[in-house]
Amino acid sequence: MKMIFTIAGKELRSLFASPMAWVILALLQLLLSGFFMNAVGRYFEAMQGSMLPEQRIGFTAFVMPQIFGVAVLVLLTAVPLLTMRQIAEERKNHTMVFLFSSPVSLFEIVFGKFVGLMAFISLVTVMVLAMTLSMHVATDLDTAHLLTNALGLWLMAASFAALGLFMSSLTQQPIIAAIMSFIALLGLVIIDNFATDPESPLNYLSLMRHFEPLATGVLSTTDIAYFVLFIATFLVLTVRRLDADRLRG
Amino acid sequence: MNTVTVEARDLTRAYGGRAVVSDVNFTLNKGEVLGFLGPNGAGKSTTMKMLTGNLAPTAGTVKICGIDMIENPKEAKALIGYLPETPPLYRELTVDEMLALAARIHGIPRAKVKRAVEQAKERTGLTEMGKRLCENLSTGYQQRVGIAQAIIHHPMVVVLDEPTRGLDPIQIRDIRALIKELGGEHSVILSTHILPEVEMVCDRVQIIHQGQLVFSGEIETLKRSRESNRLCIGLRRPPAAEAVLALPGVAAVEEAEGMLLVRFADGSANVAEAIVQASVAGDWGLYHIAPDATSLEDVFLHLTQQEEVVA
Repeated sequence: MKMIFTIAGKELRSLFASPMAWVILALLQLLLSGFFMNAVGRYFEAMQGSMLPEQRIGFTAFVMPQIFGVAVLVLLTAVPLLTMRQIAEERKNHTMVFLFSSPVSLFEIVFGKFVGLMAFISLVTVMVLAMTLSMHVATDLDTAHLLTNALGLWLMAASFAALGLFMSSLTQQPIIAAIMSFIALLGLVIIDNFATDPESPLNYLSLMRHFEPLATGVLSTTDIAYFVLFIATFLVLTVRRLDADRLRG
Repeated sequence: MNTVTVEARDLTRAYGGRAVVSDVNFTLNKGEVLGFLGPNGAGKSTTMKMLTGNLAPTAGTVKICGIDMIENPKEAKALIGYLPETPPLYRELTVDEMLALAARIHGIPRAKVKRAVEQAKERTGLTEMGKRLCENLSTGYQQRVGIAQAIIHHPMVVVLDEPTRGLDPIQIRDIRALIKELGGEHSVILSTHILPEVEMVCDRVQIIHQGQLVFSGEIETLKRSRESNRLCIGLRRPPAAEAVLALPGVAAVEEAEGMLLVRFADGSANVAEAIVQASVAGDWGLYHIAPDATSLEDVFLHLTQQEEVVA
């Protein structure tokens, strides 16, 4: 357990040693603040137009899914850029040997890297959450709804990270890892668009289909289980891939 | 102290049916420095990788202080410090951060990390370099950081893959001294293709060729096989070969580049003296006499070409 945090700490340090993490944080905040102001403006326009009480919806329900939806899209491109180096570059720079010859298990290495990424993703989530919570001064926010949105964002990004980590373990070239993760993730996000009937299994596979309930404030075990299984699957695949390194050389 | 620290049994590694290392057996005792010698591509690095658990052997076992590397990798790896061919440094970390990471990942308690880092830096001459980024260090200093991270947790066994590569002569001398010093408390396995290095720092040497051990023994044995039983003599007025052959102890005479190569039987130490006396008496005009020492390179070549275990 201690080793997981040692590795996670190193990963976090490395993330912030490169400009990438800072650029992602800054651009995400800039972009989201723009969308946020825009959404607040449109909320007033929409509500002035709808005079009937049943047409009116709450501020949280109107604004927040938009903000978190955009945040998910930004992370869809940003997370592959963060995960691409994790294993591919360690292979390329021969630093993987350092971890392999240390008294740590492959699971600790992979999970440590994942925890490090999650620390960064949690920071992103908290910053988005803090921005949206700032509206608390002006209106009553549905805090629970806001929190399911944040949880959705966090779980989505965690899934991106797990898949990205796996892709990074397949190659020596960070760029290839980034492209493969991006395409795989994009595919998984939009796969439900290819479903012809509502019962199609493609709907169950789609990441977006499991994010939407959370965005509308529905916290369902099915969705949480989906995300947890998704993450566990790719972390286990990553461990298997690294084990193959040791066996096949 | 005769505790076995490393035990390799029938170590074999095959890539797609081609054996890179086959049936390598050896043991290493505490405090010994073992030199692993071999030409490029002989399987030195592959063996090192298997010893340190970076590569699973196709067959055979590795035991570190009695702990099996395959069954209990974590416990076994805790006893090893490893410097691979390329020093494994995170370029974005400073030397201090890198060594602190190495210390913590090897389970040194947080409170003792700082002291361990200071000690490792002192031993490898990195005291001034603590705040520098690994990325910006010269090859030689990177190599030192590589060694520092391998010895920071005081492992029972230190495995160094070509530790003096990329160093200047002064650094090489320092590192060799350090390796000798390490041999006192740790066991050291060191791979190299530089023969004098083995002669200088190792207690025992193993020569590996095409994946097989062709020689394994004390460094003294190797040195002795250097001292040949031949004398190279130069004479202004050489007599007939029979005259030289008649001298006591002389087994064979052959001519080479105007010199005479005299091979003498084992145990006859006074051949040189006899030749000098005979030369004076017979007015042969002796102007050169020297033992025809085969270089270590010759011994090495000889061993790697005959492919059989000598000792």
